[in-house]
Formats: sequence, structure tokens, C-alpha cells
Amino acid sequence: MTINPNAKMEETQSGTEVYSIDPLIVKSHYEIDYIHSYAQDSEFFRALGKKKIMGSKCKKCGYTYATPRSHCMMCGAETEWYQLPNTGKVHTFTTCYFGSEEFLKETPFNLIMVEFENVDSLFMARLIGADLDDLYVGMPVTAKFRRNQKFSPTDVYFVPVAQPEKKKRR
Amino acid sequence: MYYSELMKHTGRNVYMVSGGVTKFAKATPEMDFRLRVKKAFDYAMDDVHLTLNDIDGSVASYFADHFQRQLMSGIMVQDYLGLTPKPSKRVEGGGATGGLAFQTGYEEIASGRMDTCAVYGFETMSHVNTWKGNEFIALASDTNFDYPVGGFYTGYYAMMAVRHMHEFGTTVEQLAKVSVKNHKNAIHNPYAQSPMNLTVNDVRNSPMVAYPLTRLDVCTMSDGAAVSILASEEKAFEITDRPVLIKSIGTGTDTMRLSDRPMGKVPLLPNEKESDYSGLKYPGVHSFRAGRTAAKEAYDGAGITDPIEELDLIELHDAYTSSEIQTYEDLGLCKYGEGGKFIEEGKSELKGKIPVNPSGGLLASGHPVGATGIMQSVFMFWQLQRTVKKHFKDDYLQLNNPKRGLIHSHAGTGTYVTATIMEAVK
Ligand SMILES: [Zn+2]
Repeated sequence: MTINPNAKMEETQSGTEVYSIDPLIVKSHYEIDYIHSYAQDSEFFRALGKKKIMGSKCKKCGYTYATPRSHCMMCGAETEWYQLPNTGKVHTFTTCYFGSEEFLKETPFNLIMVEFENVDSLFMARLIGADLDDLYVGMPVTAKFRRNQKFSPTDVYFVPVAQPEKKKRR
Repeated sequence: MYYSELMKHTGRNVYMVSGGVTKFAKATPEMDFRLRVKKAFDYAMDDVHLTLNDIDGSVASYFADHFQRQLMSGIMVQDYLGLTPKPSKRVEGGGATGGLAFQTGYEEIASGRMDTCAVYGFETMSHVNTWKGNEFIALASDTNFDYPVGGFYTGYYAMMAVRHMHEFGTTVEQLAKVSVKNHKNAIHNPYAQSPMNLTVNDVRNSPMVAYPLTRLDVCTMSDGAAVSILASEEKAFEITDRPVLIKSIGTGTDTMRLSDRPMGKVPLLPNEKESDYSGLKYPGVHSFRAGRTAAKEAYDGAGITDPIEELDLIELHDAYTSSEIQTYEDLGLCKYGEGGKFIEEGKSELKGKIPVNPSGGLLASGHPVGATGIMQSVFMFWQLQRTVKKHFKDDYLQLNNPKRGLIHSHAGTGTYVTATIMEAVK
């Protein structure tokens, strides 16, 4: 027989963090590790270890992508891997002084969109080695690669090519 | 490639018959999302003396499951409101969730499936801190290529604004003027989160978030709810003698990644010609092709050929001051490149040529994502009904006899955009 009217849930020493009693507000923790597959984009991340930025090119219509995609948005055909040059120009830029929690400790940081010659689309990246006042649309930039790969798009980042002329933008 | 002329709305006429909004606030922990929707819902129901039996079904509008760590929040609201077992569905599309849900409600009526439909929107963003909230929102960017680089929506919009400034000579002072206008309008909106009397200098001197956008160029996180009740023609005039016709809807989309935006040609509105844009690579990252596509479909549906002359007011998705300026252009209120001048000349001011965001918009009313697009419909409804005084206890914002307005809801970096035309019937 297992019937026990005196059964009692075990008490533990762990508690709950309470922020407010009325209304009752408590801390609720959540954490998770995802098993994230880069799937058809995998080659891009592997290639960064070989100091190559791989975009894609449509096999049918020839449209070229600086950020790879395995099928073409213009015609729906399959694309093939296409190596991008390691230099390009700043299409647009910003400096972030705040950010998402994950990147807050890295602020301020520069974000740029890179345009490559004869490539139809752009590539988003970090730019280091320049302050906001140095940045301008059209600024020549060159890719650098992390030695210790993290398999993140930030394994490639950009630096200014030459001493940029001072812009009197602001 | 763009919206096809063949798409025609041949369904039944759809009207909005009532609306309700909670006061948007940074945090309202004394109420959860269900109670917040209930308050907005009861306001809307009581305003036209409806009971639960009068509602045929509903659409739930909310964006991020992350914010509440509660899946299927929509059914919890349906349940709390007492609307089970009636039909309902959730609609989600980032920042445009509200606009899309409102249009889904329209479709429920237009198709003949329902005679009345409640569209309820909500978001509770106060469960996490602002920077975690920004992280959740940034997960609405490509997590392979965009998010890991420094996922931050203000950063993305800042890059678009810089390109707009480069392309067209838009200035930071012009951006700031949008903030001044919208915060000032909100002083007379009792539902608004951040009414403020500001100057251009105040906006420029507030902390830089991502150049050129300062804290006052960017909307806030909010808790809030909003409800619209839609009805067929027959039902609408039974419910109220002053319903508002939902004349037409338009929706556009664009690539998830900003980097993929084409450099093509502008899809022209009837009031534009190809020579207006020679040499302009469109949309690039300076303009919203989805916004233009949505506007074009909505204008075609309403027979509008000259938007600035044929619309009396607009409530648009000003998550950033820069996106309000970009949207003037997408909606064809002025040509691409003239958005900065448009605000500078005061055309979108409350007393201007066409008031834009008389409610204060997202910048000043707040942006509880799933509620936002519904809130716009409610403020537009009250304007077109000429009942602003009744609901705001202040008639300062009531426009003089407005006949036709446009509401605009916008997601991501311009990935989903909706435009809906509403018309006064009396
Ligand atoms: Zn192709």
C-alpha cells in the first residue's frame, strides 16, 4: 500500500528573488543553448578561416550577392559560391553608442554596409580603426580576418584602406 | 514584380464601429496583457453598447513571444475576454503586426465569414530591461548574417538615415523637427506615453544612440493594448450611426536583410513620372519599397491619384524620426528626396498641409508592438468620427472635418508594411 495522507513535499533552501510584493513581482530565469545549423550558408563561415569572403552568383541570371543566399531573389534559380574581393567601399555607416544587451559591452562600435565593385548587393560588417568623424560614404575599406575563428560573420571585419581625407560633413 | 493591377478587392464593405486603447506606459505591472486588453476591449464594447454575443470572432495581434515567455498568449486573451469558442487566429509580422492584424480583421468581414470582428493588439515589453528588449527585437534580423554583427535596430535605421542624408541632403535638424512635432502633438493625447515640449536643440543634445539618431529620435518600449471592432455594412449601421469605412488596404514586403535590397527603379505613383528619379538606385537602403508597394495598392483600391490632395491626415509608423521622413516619400506625399524639406516647411504639422501623426505617433504615444497598429486605427477612427473630444477630453487635436485618412504600419528594416485607407461616412 502506498496511500499516505501524511505525505509532505520536501522543503529546499533555494528561494525566489522578489522585486515587489504588490503587485507580486519575482525573478524568472531563462537560459538555453541552441543547436544552430548554418545549413546552406555553412561554406561562408568556413571560408572566412581561409581569409575568403564568399558571396553568391545566380547561375541563371548572373545577379551577384555580397551576402550569400543559395537561391536567387530575382529569378528563383540556384546560385553558386562566388568569391568577393577583400576591398570595398563604405555604402553607409553608423556608430552605435548603445546596443542590444549582448553587444552593450562592445559599444561604441561602428557598423557599415560594404559595397564591392561589380557586385549587386551589400554586406554588413563592423569597421574598426576609425572614429565616427573619420567615416564617410565611399570610404575605401579592406577586410581583415580573425585568427581564432568563432564561426560568426564577425570573423571578417573591415579597416580603412588609407588615411582618409577629413570630411567636413558635420 | 510589384503589386499587380489584377488584384481587386471585390469583397463586402467593411467598417470600423468602435475602438479602445489603454494608456501606454513604460511598465504597468499591476495588470497583465489579458487585463490590459480587457480594459481596451470593454471601452470599445461599452462605447457602442455591444455584448459578447454581438462579436463573431477575433484576430490577436502581438509580436514577440520572448517578451512574455508565454506561448499562445492570443488564446489566453480570447479566453479572458470570454470570446471562446468563437474563431480567432494570431497574426504576426514584426512592427507591422498591428497593421497586418487589422487587415486580417478586414478580410474576415470582407469575405463574408464574419459580420463583426474584434481585433485586439497588445505587448508587454517591461518584463525585460531595455537592452535585453533591444536584443529580442534585433532577433528580427537575419541571425546568420545581421544579428551577430551587432544586432541593434537603431543601428540599422541609423545606417539608412546616413544614406538618406548622403543621397538627398537630409539634415539632422530635419530629423529632430519630426521629434519636436510628434512629442508636442502628444501633449493633448491623454493616452500618450511621452508628451513633451521640445526644441531641435533638446533632440540633438539628448544622448546619441547610433549616429545620427539620439534618444529623442527613437521611440520607447511600452506596455499597452488596443482594440478595434469591425463590422459589415448592415451591422455597422445597426451598431452606430457614425461608423468609419475601411476603403482599401495595401501591403508590401521586402528582403529580410538590408544588404539584399535591390538598386532598381522606383515603382511610380500616378502623380510621379520616371524622369523624377533618373539616376536614383531604388530602394537601396535609403527608402522602403514595401511602403511604396503598400501605398500603391491602397491608393489604387481607393482611386487616389494625388495622395497629398486626397488625404486629410495620416498616422504613420515613426519608430524613428528618420523613418517618418522616409515614409512621407514612400507614401508619395512628396517626391523621394524631399522628405526633409517636407517637415522643414511644416507640411506635416498639426496645422500643416497634411497632419502626420496628430496623436504623437510611436515616438510620443509609445510602441507596444502588437498594439501599435491597432492604436493608429483607433486614433484615426476617432478623428474621422470627430469624437476626439469625447475620448481625449480635449479637442485640441481634432481636425476640422477630416474625410479620409491613411494608417501605416511597418516592420523590420521595412520588411512588411501596411497602408490602410479609412473614410468618414458622415
Ligand atoms: Zn537569378
